[in-house]
Amino acid sequence: MKARVTVYPRREILDPQGKAIRDALSRVGFAGVDDVRAGKSFEISLGTDDPVQAEQELRRMCEKLLANTVVEDYSVELLGGAGVHP
Amino acid sequence: MKCGVVVFPGSNCDHDAYHVLKHVLAQDTTFLWHQDDSLQGCDLVILPGGFSYGDYLRAGAMAALSPVMGAVQRHAEAGGLVLGICNGFQVLLEAGLLPGAMRRNASLRFQCKDVHLKVERTDLPFTNKLRAGQVLRMPIAHAEGNYEDAPEKLDALEAAGQVVFRYSTPAGEVTPEANPNGAARNIAGICNAQGNVLGLMPHPERCSEEILGNTDGLALFASAVQVLEAVR
Repeated sequence: MKARVTVYPRREILDPQGKAIRDALSRVGFAGVDDVRAGKSFEISLGTDDPVQAEQELRRMCEKLLANTVVEDYSVELLGGAGVHP
Repeated sequence: MKCGVVVFPGSNCDHDAYHVLKHVLAQDTTFLWHQDDSLQGCDLVILPGGFSYGDYLRAGAMAALSPVMGAVQRHAEAGGLVLGICNGFQVLLEAGLLPGAMRRNASLRFQCKDVHLKVERTDLPFTNKLRAGQVLRMPIAHAEGNYEDAPEKLDALEAAGQVVFRYSTPAGEVTPEANPNGAARNIAGICNAQGNVLGLMPHPERCSEEILGNTDGLALFASAVQVLEAVR
């Protein structure tokens, strides 16, 4: 099973990178961009096909290593079988 | 009395810390390899500056899970002295030995310059040779020193007296202009509740000898050495 984990700065915390990207977007003519959050995305292939077990495992990975929950939130998305490309 | 400097892949201030302890303060000092889960009987453990694991994922995140950190955790829980400098401070945060987290500097720039630090605590194993309200000058060199935690956690940190150093003007005024990285409440260094674990972003090991033109950092190491020699 493949999965995608997304980690991004918490809403209530100022994201200096996101703010710089937003400012750059408006400089090159993309008006009306209110906010940008710059995060990270992980594509993870798991040995299991059990979605419940997979989600539990991915959440544990986030808590232990992939995210720093003091300043970051994460989301977990299951993408289906081993043959499916995200 | 024995001092240990942990070496992670990518540490680059390990030799500077070793030099201060071994040659300036004439202490029995050894390097500790990140793959070992023993501190070889060291009483004082330094987590040095650098870019452990190339700052992959987050600064300090990979190093925090290395085998030696289990031993550092047990040492800290038993009251042993631990000093984390720059990347070492980031490792202590990621390992949960100190509260809070680091984010990219507010300027998004790597900041490499001298800063001034107001000393908030002089009763700790690492600060007993400093005077209350003293202002130190120390170099910083980092891109992720923007200390952050939830407001109520910061309040608790302050109430418990765990803020040890704040970025200040040379006169000791804590102002936004004196803050090089956007750190919450100008925080440059903190300790745990017991006071035996200290982390700071500035580099005391780079200003501990006359030949370097600044000895303001030496008091941190000398304080710890004095405390450990007294209990021996």
